[in-house]
Amino acid sequence: MKINTASVPLPAWLEVVVIPVLNIVLALVVAGFIMLAIGVDPIEATVIMVRGALGSDYAIGYTLYYTTNFIFTGLAVAVAFHASLFNIGGEGQAYIGGLGVTLVFLLLDRWLPAFMLIPIGIAAAALFGAAWAFIPGWLQAHRGSHVVITTIMFNFIAASLMVYLLVNVLIQPGQMSPESRQFDESAWLPFMHEFLALFGMDVTRTPLNLSLLLALVCCVGVWLYIWRTRWGYELRTAGQSEAAAVYAGIRPKTVIVSAMCVSGALAGLMAVNEIMGVHHRLIMNFTAGYGFTGIAVALMGRNHPIGIVMASLLFGVLYQGGAELAFDVPLITREMVVAVQGLIILFSGALALMLRPWVVRVWLLFRPPDTLEPAHA
Amino acid sequence: MDSLSALFAVLDATLRVSTPLILAAMAGLFSERSGIVDISLEGKMLASAFAAASIAALTGSAWLALLVGMLVGVALGLVHGFACITHRGNQVVSGLAINILASGLTVVLGIAWFSQGGQTPALSGDARFRPLHFPFEEAARDIPVAGQFYADVLSGHNILVYLALLLVAITWWVVYRTRFGLRLRAVGENPLAVDTAGLSVSGLRYAAVAICGALAGIAGAYLSTAQNASFVREMTAGQGYIALAALIFGKWRPVPALLACLMFGFLDAVAIRLQGVVLPGIGEVPVQLIQALPYVLTVVLLAGFIGRAVAPKAVGVPFVKER
Repeated sequence: MKINTASVPLPAWLEVVVIPVLNIVLALVVAGFIMLAIGVDPIEATVIMVRGALGSDYAIGYTLYYTTNFIFTGLAVAVAFHASLFNIGGEGQAYIGGLGVTLVFLLLDRWLPAFMLIPIGIAAAALFGAAWAFIPGWLQAHRGSHVVITTIMFNFIAASLMVYLLVNVLIQPGQMSPESRQFDESAWLPFMHEFLALFGMDVTRTPLNLSLLLALVCCVGVWLYIWRTRWGYELRTAGQSEAAAVYAGIRPKTVIVSAMCVSGALAGLMAVNEIMGVHHRLIMNFTAGYGFTGIAVALMGRNHPIGIVMASLLFGVLYQGGAELAFDVPLITREMVVAVQGLIILFSGALALMLRPWVVRVWLLFRPPDTLEPAHA
Repeated sequence: MDSLSALFAVLDATLRVSTPLILAAMAGLFSERSGIVDISLEGKMLASAFAAASIAALTGSAWLALLVGMLVGVALGLVHGFACITHRGNQVVSGLAINILASGLTVVLGIAWFSQGGQTPALSGDARFRPLHFPFEEAARDIPVAGQFYADVLSGHNILVYLALLLVAITWWVVYRTRFGLRLRAVGENPLAVDTAGLSVSGLRYAAVAICGALAGIAGAYLSTAQNASFVREMTAGQGYIALAALIFGKWRPVPALLACLMFGFLDAVAIRLQGVVLPGIGEVPVQLIQALPYVLTVVLLAGFIGRAVAPKAVGVPFVKER
C-alpha cells in the first residue's frame, strides 16, 4: 500500500532532533567519502579535528571565537527566515558593519574613553549593517524586487565599495597594504583571557573576546523578539501568510523592512567580534565567508536561538579543527571545511525532507499503540 | 594607438570576457524558464572549470576536457534537480549549497591531486582551445574600419567564443520555435496546466536543469582551457552571478540577455583598460565603480526604475502533483 508520508504527523523529538541529526550525519558521511577519495583516513582526521578544536583551552578559545561569528550571522538569517525572507546578504552587511565601526573609531577613538567608545562601536556596526539590509528590504516591500537577488547584488556592491574605500580613502598613509590605521587601545573590546585574568583565571591567549557574551545576549534578545513581542508575532504572521496578516491589521511592508533591518543589524554585529575584538583595524575581506556560513547555521539550527548556538558550536569545531587538520595533514586544506559546509547546506537545507518518508515508515512500524490516531497537539 | 584601434581592442576584449557570461546566461535561461531558480551557475562553472583543466592536464585534449566539464555541469544540475524537483527543497538553498560545495571541493581536490596551491598544471598546445584566424585576415586589415573590424574584433578568437554566439541563436530557436520550448515555457508559467495536458512536469524540469548544467559546463571549460591556461581557485570570481544578473536584465529572453552580457562584458573590458588612467576633467576613474555597475544596474532594473523584469510565474515554486 502506498501511503502519503507527508501527511503523517511525527512526534516533536523526531522532527526537531532525529531528522536534523540524521541529515548532518549524512553530510558528514559524504565528507568522509571525499576524504577517502583523496587518500585520508576519515576516522583519523576526525580525531585530529576534535582534538584540535576541543583538546586544550587554546583550542577551545579559537573554536568559541569562530562560534561567535556564526551566532551573529546565523541569527541574522533566522530572523529574516521567520518573515519568509531569505537574506543572503549577511556577508555584505557584516562588511559594511565593519565600515561603520571603523568610521566612528577613526573619528572618535582619541577623544572618548572606552566605556563610551565600545557601545558607540557596537551601535555603529548594527546601524550600518541594518542600513545595508534596509535597501533590499525596502525594495522588496515597495517595489517587489526579490530580496534573494538584491542581497546577492549588494554583497558584490559592498565588496567593490570596500575595496575602493580601503585603497583610496581609509588606507593608512605611507603604507602599502590596504588597511586602516590601528584604533586606539581604548576602542578595543577586551579579550577573554584578559577579562578572565581579572578574576584570577589563567587562560591561554586566543582571539576570543567579550563579543561572545554579546552574541549570547543577542540570542536571548532574538528569542524574546520573535516569540514574546508583538513585533515578533507580526513578523511570524506575515511570514506564514501575508493575506492573514493583512486581515489581522498587520502591515506586511513594514514587517518586511523591519525584519530585514534587524537581520542586517545582527549580521553587522559580526564586525564587533572581528574588527573591535580581534583586528582593531579595518582589513580587506575580514568577513571571510562567515556570512554564508550563517545560512548553514540557521538551517541546521532550525531558526531557533538554541539550535543556532549548537550549530555555531559545531561549525566552530569544524573551522578550528579544520585549521589544525590542514596543519597536520598536508593532503587536506582548510577548504575541506567549506566543502563540508556546502554538504550540510545541501542535506539539512535543500534535502531536509529527503529522509522523512523513511523515518515515517520506521515510526509507523514501531510507534507506541496509544498514538494510533494522529495527534492533535 | 589611434582611437579606432583602441576601440577595436576593447570590443575584442568584450567578446572574450562576455563569452562565459553568455553561456552561463543561456544555461540559467533554460533552468529558470522551466521554473527552477538557479543561483548555482557560479558553482557549476567553477566545478566544470576545474574538471576541464584537470582532464586537459592529464590527457592533453581540450575537447575531452570540454566534454568532462559539461558532464560535471550536468551532474551538478541533476543534484540541483534531485533536491528541487524530486524532494521539493528550497531552490535558493540548493543553489547556494552547490556554490559553496564547488568553492571548497575544487581547492581540496586541486591540492590533493596537483599540489600546486589549488592550481592545475599549466596547459599548452592541444590541451587548450586556441585562437582561430579567419581567412584573408591580413589582407582585410588594409581595408579601413570594416576590414579592421573583421581582422581585429571578429577574427582571432577560439572556437568556444563563436559557439557561444551560435548557442544564443539555438537557444532562441529551441525556446520559441520547438515543441519542447513551448512546453518548457509553459512549465515555468503554469505547471498545473502542463500536468493536466498529460505531460511530466518533473521530466521537463529535469531536462531543463540538465541542459543548464551542460551549458554552464561549457562556460567553465572556456574559463580554464580557452581564456586561461589552467584552473585557479575561485577563478569564476562572481561571473556566475553576473550572468544571472544579465539573465534578469534581459528579462529571461535569449537575445536581450545576450545584449546584457555584452554590455557587462564591455564594462569589464573598459574597467581593465581604465585602470589608473586619469581622464581630463574627471580624474582617475574608480575601477571598482565600473566593476560594481552590473550589480547596481540590475538592482535598479529590479526596482522597476528602468522597465519591469517579470520572472516566469512559477519560478521557485515546487510543483506538487495532485493525488
